[in-house]
Amino acid sequence: MAEAAILPTTKDEDWRYADGAFLAASDPAAINHWRILEVPAGETRSEHSYHNSGDESAGSVDRLRVHVGKGGCFEAYKIIAGGKYQRIEIEVTLEEGAHFEFGGVTLGGGDKVQEFVTCTKHAHPDATSNQVVRAVQWGQSTGNFLGRIEVARDAQKTDAAQNFRAILLEKGASANTKPELEIFADDVLCAHGAAIGQLDELASYYMAARGIPPEIARKLLIQAFIGDAFEAIGDEATRERMLEQALEQLDTEAV
Amino acid sequence: MLKITDLHATVGDTEILKGLTLEVGAGEVHAIMGPNGAGKSTLSYVLGGRPGYEVTGGSVEFMGQDLLDMEPHERAATGLFLGFQYPVEIPGVSNVQFLREALNAQRAARGEEALSGGEFLKLAKEKAALLKLDMEMLKRQVNVGFSGGEKKRSEMVQMGILDPKFAVLDETDSGLDIDALRVVGDGINAIMRDPGKGVLLITHYQRLLDYVKPDKVHVLAKGRIVKSGGPELALQLESEGYEAVAV
Repeated sequence: MAEAAILPTTKDEDWRYADGAFLAASDPAAINHWRILEVPAGETRSEHSYHNSGDESAGSVDRLRVHVGKGGCFEAYKIIAGGKYQRIEIEVTLEEGAHFEFGGVTLGGGDKVQEFVTCTKHAHPDATSNQVVRAVQWGQSTGNFLGRIEVARDAQKTDAAQNFRAILLEKGASANTKPELEIFADDVLCAHGAAIGQLDELASYYMAARGIPPEIARKLLIQAFIGDAFEAIGDEATRERMLEQALEQLDTEAV
Repeated sequence: MLKITDLHATVGDTEILKGLTLEVGAGEVHAIMGPNGAGKSTLSYVLGGRPGYEVTGGSVEFMGQDLLDMEPHERAATGLFLGFQYPVEIPGVSNVQFLREALNAQRAARGEEALSGGEFLKLAKEKAALLKLDMEMLKRQVNVGFSGGEKKRSEMVQMGILDPKFAVLDETDSGLDIDALRVVGDGINAIMRDPGKGVLLITHYQRLLDYVKPDKVHVLAKGRIVKSGGPELALQLESEGYEAVAV
């Protein structure tokens, strides 16, 4: 219970980009609550979710601790849209040959702070993980991805990949990322990439030159951009639905 | 159709077009030739309204309207097609999606009904066949991983599908081998040779003009048209060079 009594602040490394005012006003028990998920050996569990607590809401913190048994798979695809502060945190421990697949998208304007925080623990050999996070921010909003990967000493043949890209639609928006790799095994593959940029102006112009108005061009480009995060979704209808949900947010809110 | 009068344009602080005047009538194909740095590509981008290319003087009338007053996408919907010297790659967007959005946006702007998915695919297949481009290429992402020649043929498929009134083709012949040059030349003729349409071909070389016969040839140098003539001018330039003929 000692854990529950302490409120994190932005001085804590894992909370450095969080909304400090939200944390200060929060109930420690709520902030420190973890959902627990056990994925049995050889089985697959999936989560697809759209998080929008509404513009009036102060926000929410959703923390999930997952244990994936031997040869099992946990896949999570998440969109963070509304709410002043929204944080989704996933801690995954992978047994031998297990897999973790994560696709995350943040979309927001105003002064929203939207973040994904993952900690992937490759505890045993032959486990794999792949994480793709895309952030589309405008206004004064912030999109964050803190991804920690831990590879234990005997977790040989680990294959872990992490990729974050952000598009800032307006001056004033920002994105932060902090890949953190802690590797104690020697025969592993760990790849990470990060890029923060703007919408491709040349592509927008090319579209305009073919008759596509700027607002549709922007939507097509953003759709292509966030599509990366949902690429691993096997079911096409689910993939389309996730994309549509994300784009709706853009329609209702973006400038 | 296209009437350019005393056009001045700058890129950054540099004046590139310095009083360019040119008129292309309906049913005509004009070629613009000229040395590197003459302003050929700048002319095409100014006509296409690319950001960063600033018009500082003169006028451009297109189908009776003030072209310079229109946004780039409005120019396209009015019937202007700009063939890019370097077609742009758009990762994550398929050619089919891109072109269907483009065609239906143009149709909407003209008050026409949108084409259904089936109607669009039929049209796309027909134009791809005309340019001998594999339909599979159209399902792929826009220009991503295409060779230079495939990009140019794909541009001509776009032109076939969008069916513009007027095409400004900027070095469409560059990057094409001899066979592809013929296919592209035949494609331009099939799509654009029409009493109601016009073409401005921007090129370095005579070779495309063997397939697409121009009615007039202009030499662009230092930001202005310095000489105009018939098709024979292109041949003379080819044998004698720009400096001897026009500069």
